[in-house]
Amino acid sequence: MPLGLLKYGLRRRYPARRDVPVATGLKPSYDVVVIGGGGHGLAAAYYLARDHGIADVAVLEKGYLAGGNTARNTAIVRSNYLTPEGVRFYDESIRLFRNLSNELDYNILYSERGHLTLAHTDAALRTSRWRAEVNKHLGVESELIGLDEIARVCPPLNLSGAARYPILGALYHRPGAIARHDAVAWGYAANAARLGVEIHQRTEVTGVLREGGRVTGLETTRGAVSCGKVLQAVAGHSSVMAAAAGFKLPIRTVPLQACVSQPLKPFLDPIVVSGSLHVYVSQSDRGELVMGGPVDPYTLYSTRSTLDFKEGLMGHMLELFPFLSEARLLRQWAGLADMTPDFSPVMGLTPIENYYVDSGWGTWGFKATPVAGKRMAETIATGRVPDVLQPFRLDRFDTFEQVGERGAGSVGH
Amino acid sequence: MKILRCPLNGPRNVSEFAYGGEVVAMPDPAAASDAEWADHVFLEDNRRGVVREWWLHVATDYWFIAERDTATDEIVRTCPASEVFAERVSFAAPDDEGGRA
Repeated sequence: MPLGLLKYGLRRRYPARRDVPVATGLKPSYDVVVIGGGGHGLAAAYYLARDHGIADVAVLEKGYLAGGNTARNTAIVRSNYLTPEGVRFYDESIRLFRNLSNELDYNILYSERGHLTLAHTDAALRTSRWRAEVNKHLGVESELIGLDEIARVCPPLNLSGAARYPILGALYHRPGAIARHDAVAWGYAANAARLGVEIHQRTEVTGVLREGGRVTGLETTRGAVSCGKVLQAVAGHSSVMAAAAGFKLPIRTVPLQACVSQPLKPFLDPIVVSGSLHVYVSQSDRGELVMGGPVDPYTLYSTRSTLDFKEGLMGHMLELFPFLSEARLLRQWAGLADMTPDFSPVMGLTPIENYYVDSGWGTWGFKATPVAGKRMAETIATGRVPDVLQPFRLDRFDTFEQVGERGAGSVGH
Repeated sequence: MKILRCPLNGPRNVSEFAYGGEVVAMPDPAAASDAEWADHVFLEDNRRGVVREWWLHVATDYWFIAERDTATDEIVRTCPASEVFAERVSFAAPDDEGGRA
């Protein structure tokens, strides 16, 4: 058997499939340069080339492709937000996600599991009802359900009234899904490259060259490039990049930790979230429980992990699923979340004329990958901010028009 | 667990403290424009490197200042707020009786 495989591997008729071609040298100039080769940046590059005929695009990534927050999130997709602006935006994302495997000819393992947000208090029940009504009004499938229905949707959940924080009800969002996050980025990268986009890994942007209120080019670790327009999509380092460009963002960078258990037999179909217990969990196709909690209590640009986080998270996990007490953790990691004051992103125009920003993705970035890419591409190509992005503009803070989504955060932050 | 040295209580677990954000100068509330005020309230330097920030020891309700490296999480120094703020700040509105202090 091993020898057979070797023979197969060495045959010229079966060359290794390479989805993303290796880019050679940087050109001196591009129409659009995207800083950040994560899901959002790659999606924007793809839609620029596909929808707007702008293929002279370079994506510059300081590390490796999709190695930042795209690889570190817990891969949950949902649109059960609190504000009409938020619901409309994330719902568009879900509609793009549903067809993404077909469109990219790349299996992103999109799996609609249903999404349960548990309520353990009257206040949480009230917020759930509020979210359900806003969602239904906008055509998004969400409803408040009681214990009988929860038991039907998720039998293994501990619904005992004797728990420390008994479950009173839940917001059930049927379209809630998980997807293979790496594949989303790889699919966008492969298709963008096919349309002529250059993807340069290990190319860090070290400076922004400006002339008056415009960007003329970027300094990178591989030399300078001039560019017509720039899109910044760098997640956790948004403030650092914006400072290099010469403006400030309403962002604090805070680590967000997550972990997975050893693989278990499939038992958990829906995604389960508890705001009061600070935990969210889903079971991946490999059987691992993917678990996350609140962001760390203070700002930091380090992806170190802490015992406090794991102890707290596991305590709450055992309240929901007591039978997991013998299960072990397999691995854990952290990403850098760019948290905004109103828990909504910051997208669109900046004080610099031809410099666009896609940031403030805190703990809600993965689920917005397709819509953020598509709508940012539209903004860059036409110079006009589409209606669906208007609420998330940077200068909403000057006019105190925040889009408050804290009540729809997965867990209390 | 990470240890933070409180100027009042000595070395304590970091879980006993609450983070209070960067130390920034407040613009004059009476004279600041909306944009300046929004900048003060919402926009952050969020620098990567050694920054000066407010911390609260929750159990004793004691606010102090720490210098911390936000790239490495190393705490360089902590000090009482009085080391940084030598003068009393008055918040009286300009049209109050007696005017601004």
